[in-house]
Amino acid sequence: MDLFNNLALGFATATSLENLFFCLIGVLLGTLIGVLPGIGATATIAMLLPITFQLEPVSSLIMLAGIYYGAQYGGSTTAILINMPGESSSAVTAIDGYQMARKGKAGAALAIAAIGSFFAGTVSTFLVAIFAPPLTEIALKFGAAEYFSLMVVGLVSSIALAHGSIVKALAMVALGLLLGLVGTDIYTGTPRFTLGIREYADGLNFVAVAVGVFGIAEILRNLENEKSRSVLVSKVSGLLPTKEDFRAMIAPVLRGTAIGSILGILPGGGAILAAFASYTVEKKVSKNPEEFGKGAVAGVAGPESANNAGAQTSFIPLLTLGIPANPVMALMIGAMIIQGIVPGPNVAVEQPALFWGIIASMWIGNLMLVVLNLPLIGLWVKLLTIPYYVLFPIIMAFCSIGVYSVNSNVYDLYSVAFFGFIGYVLVKLRCEPAPLLLGFVLGPLLEENLRRAMILSRGDPTTFVTRPISAGLLFIAALVLVVVFLPSVKKKREEVFVEED
Amino acid sequence: MNSLKFDTTNLICGLLFILTGIYFAYQAFELELGTALRMGPGYFPFILACALMLFGAIIVVQAARVHGEPIGHIAWRGMLFILPAPIFFGLTVRGLGFVPALFFTALIAAFASGRMKPLTAVVLSAALTVFAVAVFIYGLGLPFRSFGPWLGL
Repeated sequence: MDLFNNLALGFATATSLENLFFCLIGVLLGTLIGVLPGIGATATIAMLLPITFQLEPVSSLIMLAGIYYGAQYGGSTTAILINMPGESSSAVTAIDGYQMARKGKAGAALAIAAIGSFFAGTVSTFLVAIFAPPLTEIALKFGAAEYFSLMVVGLVSSIALAHGSIVKALAMVALGLLLGLVGTDIYTGTPRFTLGIREYADGLNFVAVAVGVFGIAEILRNLENEKSRSVLVSKVSGLLPTKEDFRAMIAPVLRGTAIGSILGILPGGGAILAAFASYTVEKKVSKNPEEFGKGAVAGVAGPESANNAGAQTSFIPLLTLGIPANPVMALMIGAMIIQGIVPGPNVAVEQPALFWGIIASMWIGNLMLVVLNLPLIGLWVKLLTIPYYVLFPIIMAFCSIGVYSVNSNVYDLYSVAFFGFIGYVLVKLRCEPAPLLLGFVLGPLLEENLRRAMILSRGDPTTFVTRPISAGLLFIAALVLVVVFLPSVKKKREEVFVEED
Repeated sequence: MNSLKFDTTNLICGLLFILTGIYFAYQAFELELGTALRMGPGYFPFILACALMLFGAIIVVQAARVHGEPIGHIAWRGMLFILPAPIFFGLTVRGLGFVPALFFTALIAAFASGRMKPLTAVVLSAALTVFAVAVFIYGLGLPFRSFGPWLGL
């Protein structure tokens, strides 16, 4: 049984005292920052990235993964307690979770979210373990044309999942791709779009762009009109859900896990879509749909399970193909490259301990979340009372240190300020930053594979449609584009995203 | 139809994308474009820049038809203090050293909020600097100089 041998290897790696410790630190830090409003998982990881540089590659990636789950769980906590989702994927949780909290069932809502997430995490970790190896086999057969087409699918799905205008999202992808091309051309060594600045010859620093577009732009947006937050409950009691609650949550958790696991694999932000899809499904199948929006248990249990399952399975494209499904995964790729690991199908073959260690640590990280967070909830609630004006100087200082420590390049700090400004302008113009960041990461890869495919096919562009896997992928991309432009879907999509705002 | 009324947000957005597209297209054109078989450094960026201009144009056209909410508040004070903070850090981290650079970076950022009182800002920045030195220099051993050559230390 290969699967069990592999998992055993993974658990042996992940349960070494050192790795358990870093997993714990990651989960704690992630929750801590996830609970603080105004800073999402992407900016959190970008900020904490330098802390992991000194560690072994396995420990560093395990810790980053821990930060990711922690940040997601922290986002759900704020969604329930103050109706302020820390993450876009927990926006759905806020709808019913906050209503439950208002009815005095904050403890139960938090516990349901935690238990649902843990169950979904367990199932999807196994799914990752089962499906990652065969997908790696397929991925090893991929040529330049297939990689190109696959990335097109990723970019197109990120458009489908962005808020607001589709044309704007397309423009953001194009802009992101262009920004990704800044730096030296790999084939000819010609510097491109560097404004003659030597420090940008290696391209714009990914961490700097991510911190600017997500972190700084978010701070500026929060500074527009400062309001005091009121914490609904200063003391959370009654953590254990009642028997009724348990009965009400089983089916939604199962359905949410299934939906999340499937949608999470989609590149472009599966976890968010999964949460929405799960909420819609629960509302449809519920015997009393009028309860939704007024504190329905299913409205918390389903989406929370779905977004956690999605967060987990979004590691599949990363681990097998080296292609990020969302901005957080793009940061993980950045971390791998800094550690000297080339992400892609070869990781599983060449570094089985790393590959399976990360998978095993996903489950351990989820277990830690349940064990730690329920008793620590009082502490997280206290954190919510910290005023925002104290937080953001701290965030700014850590962002500056974090970005600088990546390459010790001061020009990266100027990029942070520049992209913070650009990010804020784009937010004001109602443009979603996620497609831009995905384009930025994929830009160089996309161009490289396009050029290689064209050379291999002797300049014949039909190579993308005559190779079966590539053709299939492009077909999917075209289908997604057609679907989002269909009038009925367009209308539905607008409704969904209006609900979130 | 009397006069064409544009949605300002989308109009600005579209024009911005068109201008950026023109800039990149112009820059790419100066590079070698090459052929479809052997693409030069300018080929792919040129296509993307044209796509960006096209999308920008569509957004401008849509601006005439669909009207959204106005832009709303703009965080002028936030931009004035938040954006210079990392630039200051970049300019001074080598010269002044980690400790003073970080202290002033936090202090500058602190004034982005109208609610921050000067004393609180100083105390916060000082505490933050101590914490960061403990974590990053002593804890993680990152190779930063605490005090730089400009101070003559």
